[in-house]
Amino acid sequence: MSSFNAIVPMSCVTAAAIAAMIAEAFRAPGERMPIGPLGAIGLAGAAISSVLLWKDGASSFGVVVADKFGLFVTFILIIVGVLSLAISEPTIDRERLPRGEYYALMLFALAGMMLMATATDLLIIFLALEVLSLAVYVLTGIRRDHALASEGALKYFLLGAFSSAFFLYGIAFTYGLTGSTRLDRIGSLMAAQAMAPTPMQLLAVGLLLVGFAFKVSAVPFHMWTPDAYEAAPPAITGFMSTGVKAAAFAAFVRVFLAAFEPLRPSWSPILWIVAAATMIVGTVVGVSQSSVKRMLAYSSIAHGGYLLLALLAANDVGKAAVLFYLLTYAVTNIGAFGVISVLENTDQPNDRVRDYAGLWYTHPALAALMTIFLLSLGGFPPMAGFIAKWYVFSAAVKRGYTGLAIIGVLTSVVSVFFYLRIIVMMYMTTTDTPARVPPIPRMAGLALIVSAILVFYLGILPTRVLDWAAASIATIF
Amino acid sequence: MLSAYVPIAIFIVVATGFALFTLVVSGLLHSEKYNKVKLEPYECGIEPTTDARDRYSIRYYLVAMLFVIFDVETVFMFPWAVIFDKLLLFGLIEMLVFIFILVVGYYYAWQKGALEWA
Repeated sequence: MSSFNAIVPMSCVTAAAIAAMIAEAFRAPGERMPIGPLGAIGLAGAAISSVLLWKDGASSFGVVVADKFGLFVTFILIIVGVLSLAISEPTIDRERLPRGEYYALMLFALAGMMLMATATDLLIIFLALEVLSLAVYVLTGIRRDHALASEGALKYFLLGAFSSAFFLYGIAFTYGLTGSTRLDRIGSLMAAQAMAPTPMQLLAVGLLLVGFAFKVSAVPFHMWTPDAYEAAPPAITGFMSTGVKAAAFAAFVRVFLAAFEPLRPSWSPILWIVAAATMIVGTVVGVSQSSVKRMLAYSSIAHGGYLLLALLAANDVGKAAVLFYLLTYAVTNIGAFGVISVLENTDQPNDRVRDYAGLWYTHPALAALMTIFLLSLGGFPPMAGFIAKWYVFSAAVKRGYTGLAIIGVLTSVVSVFFYLRIIVMMYMTTTDTPARVPPIPRMAGLALIVSAILVFYLGILPTRVLDWAAASIATIF
Repeated sequence: MLSAYVPIAIFIVVATGFALFTLVVSGLLHSEKYNKVKLEPYECGIEPTTDARDRYSIRYYLVAMLFVIFDVETVFMFPWAVIFDKLLLFGLIEMLVFIFILVVGYYYAWQKGALEWA
């Protein structure tokens, strides 16, 4: 029996997005409307409905399933959405961006992400992927008079469209093999014929793998990431580096650990190489960046590598690691980009490493917050990043991926170099010309403090959230 | 297995042969008188006034995009209308929701001046 319950969370967000469009259309020129709070109401509705669905779950039309796994990712997306809305406000004011359009696109992207996290049919996953991608392409280039923004958005769009074609081709081959796009049927049919994989099966798995690797910006499909992340306003970069990654990894986990699990011997060596390359390239190239945004873009590539390792090593001990890592990464990264976002000035972006010189003396609170986020990204206890990495690496060792775990630990150590570089700049360097920083808006400051508290909470008392994560992922395999 | 492809092979041979045959025969038979009208892109069409490689107003693209959106809407409504007797009230409400969302988009485009030409 089909019911609408499973799509209620994303419907709330969609309704908020449509309301934002109506508000923007009715707005007189120059009139200010509280469109951001509209989005917050939609996200609150999504949160309440997800909490109500948590115990029993629901299934709509057989293709959207609100199981604990999907709902956990939905919660991550709601957190990402609320924090992004809060840190977006100053950017919109400063850059004179079209407010309603910005929030509507952000909410539509969130609805697509939620659909992607709960979809159990390859075609619905593709549809959700397109919904979120189209919105994010436009958001990347929303600073229309900015040459770099147009360049980054166009690169992102072309490569993203290309990867969508790969993904669709993979779906076509899967359908040709199994006669279905439903993940459960694909899984049982693959299990029946998995003894000797045919070239067709390998082709289907390979093409889908390429599609997902593009979206999670895994090496060698990461080329668009630094340009797109630099082009977008920092608030959007924070949003898409966490939200898109969470949604794409959710679908990645569902497709590969549920439907294509019988073919694991075929895809795990490829994923091994991709994960290793992603960790190494992300870290090594990140070392040589002088722009903080590009540096964090490469750091997010490297974190994608750790997530791939978590996916590969998903076993009884460590299968909660993927979800926990996604959550901590989302909270931390959005905080770091939030700091960049409030540092930005109308005439100067303040995104070079040297712009951070002496920030501790002029803005101690911002410097302290940035330190918390960077140390968490680097994996220092007692921040959340430490626990997340510890779970991923211990799961990898238990599963027998010792080599990858060693690569992961070594690249983490290297990455600490570029995180600490900014911290050294902030505390131990003085400059005669400190960066001029605009006054910090209250909402954005509050969002940063909330993310910092979450980083500490997840780092010091992770047990409850880890239990939720373990219960969530148990519903899919 | 391969014998299934024989008709395709025959088709390719016939198609290539026909094209070659017509080109060669018309090359042998046609008269070689060229003039200005003969060399125009469309010999029998309206006389071209300017070069075709010209700059268009961006509004053409805007209108074209809006046209595609509302055109696809109609494509979606045809199959709905065909099986409406099976969908009943549920189908009606679903289509109303769909059209409501489209109307919002239409109103938005209108208010933003996407439909104004000058």
